[in-house]
Amino acid sequence: MAERAATGGAQRPRGEQPGEDHAGNGELAPNRVAEVGSGPPPEDTIIELRDLHKSFGDLNVLNGASLAVEKGTSAVVMGGSGAGKSVLLKHIVKLLTPDHGEPWVKGKRVDEMTGDELDDLRLSIGYLFQGGALFDSMSVEENMNFFLNRHTDLSEGERTDRIEETLSWVNLADTAPKFPAELSGGQQKRIGLARAIILQPEILLYDEPTTGLDPVSVRTVSELIVRLRDERGISSVAITHDLLCADIIADRAHFIYEGEIIESGSLEALERSNHPVLRNFFGS
Amino acid sequence: MRFTNLLPGRGSALANGLERTGELASFVGEFFARFWKPPYEWKETLEQMDEVGARSFLLVSVTGLAIGIVMAMQSRGTLAAYGAEYALPNMLALSIIKEIGPVFTSLVLAGRLGAGIGAEIGSMRVTEQIDALEVAALKPFHYLVVTRVVACVFIFPVLTIWADTIAMIGGYFESLIASGMDYRVFFTTAFSTIRFADLFVDTMKTSIFGFIVAIVSSYLGYNVRGGTREVGQAAMRAVVVSSLLILLADVIVVRISLMPPPPSTTDH
Ligand SMILES: Nc1ncnc2c1ncn2[C@@H]1O[C@H](COP(=O)(O)OP(=O)(O)OP(=O)(O)O)[C@@H](O)[C@H]1O
Ligand SMILES: [Mg+2]
Repeated sequence: MAERAATGGAQRPRGEQPGEDHAGNGELAPNRVAEVGSGPPPEDTIIELRDLHKSFGDLNVLNGASLAVEKGTSAVVMGGSGAGKSVLLKHIVKLLTPDHGEPWVKGKRVDEMTGDELDDLRLSIGYLFQGGALFDSMSVEENMNFFLNRHTDLSEGERTDRIEETLSWVNLADTAPKFPAELSGGQQKRIGLARAIILQPEILLYDEPTTGLDPVSVRTVSELIVRLRDERGISSVAITHDLLCADIIADRAHFIYEGEIIESGSLEALERSNHPVLRNFFGS
Repeated sequence: MRFTNLLPGRGSALANGLERTGELASFVGEFFARFWKPPYEWKETLEQMDEVGARSFLLVSVTGLAIGIVMAMQSRGTLAAYGAEYALPNMLALSIIKEIGPVFTSLVLAGRLGAGIGAEIGSMRVTEQIDALEVAALKPFHYLVVTRVVACVFIFPVLTIWADTIAMIGGYFESLIASGMDYRVFFTTAFSTIRFADLFVDTMKTSIFGFIVAIVSSYLGYNVRGGTREVGQAAMRAVVVSSLLILLADVIVVRISLMPPPPSTTDH
């Protein structure tokens, strides 16, 4: 594992990201997102959320959240509990639609998609839910097979191989016959991750991929995320509180506060920010 | 003030109730809109039928047996007072098949399945399993709701026929013990005045009850917000609301079935 960390490109040198400027002075790059109504984002922008607003009843959760993710990069979203991180992520797959604003994914407005178009888009996205969201009436293997069965033409043998391989990536090959209730929270999370990548998506959305994991697993999972980016060119958005995980995976970090992205840039830049909320969050 | 809460207006009990009714109606509408369209979850539907049947078989059998025995014991005295004890089998068959069997079976199933469906779908909602199906383009409404509704629509009449049968057998055993009645006499008198059409209508109305139980419980589970406490509430409400709606639907169905046939014009 340690070897992979050293060679797997985990520590991609920061500062090479376009649009970033933090030459050691902690300056933050502007969050380059076009105006609402200005049409599709540039081609190398795979996800662009523009000025999203979302309320539930009287509760305003998103208040103009904007962020952009370039193709083949990993974005990290950090922020306090209840800041609207999970709500933000759900807009990318139309589990929620904004009251105002535009969620663009792969050059199209997701909130306006329906039917087969939406299904196709969703199939190109893997989603790791905050609680794993494993189907608890099915064993681990059935959980994975359920996706393969319905969305691929693989033979039974090929499916078994794929499941075994994917489970081994999260170091849980021996859990295939178990039921979710027999697994620890951290194991469920990792199975959730395995299930999210089994259809080989183009985009991955991780809602706290390492919460509840021991430090060794945090590394394993974070390095897997990096590997998926580097080997398969997967673009991703990860919500995380975990600085170790963020440090390993982030090409670009965003900080959400009261439903707005208040800072964007490299993780280092965020850590050096003078904004009181960020200083409080990073404990500096 | 509690009283003002009951008055019409935003957030009042009445407005809330109307809103819920509206939502339930649109959930039913969604069912009929999606029912015809793929994916057709045949396998999952069969599995649900199996589950529904297996989960409630014993319960329904015991209910049927108890109904049959108790009804026979209760009616025997009354009928004997009028010297009409010979009519017992026929009276039993009529009341069991026409009313008590279908309604009792459905109410017992509402308790068993309503709570089960409400809790199962509700916990899938709060643990984001429904969202996970949705984003994997796996159509949770078809997979969870349509399958359960179809299963209940089919299984309720089947279990009702079973309960009726067991109830009649229970009634026969009571007669055997109380008066040593021969089974041939019992069953020929029992069914002497029953027409197949009656039997059909009275049994098939439980399909409507099955629909009510499954759709109401699915609706309540599907729309749970919160955590385990809300899941429990949804399960409880599923039982209460579907039981009440069964009784209401029964009144309506019986009223309609008792309406005189429209006068035929050729008679005049
Ligand atoms: N479907 C919903 N209906 C009503 N309120 C919701 C819904 N989803 C989220 N909320 C509310 O929105 C707020 C933000 O929720 P969200 O799940 O995005 O927080 P979060 O930033 O992910 O926090 P955490 O780190 O605890 O997961 C919370 O107050 C939550 O109760
Ligand atoms: Mg969250």
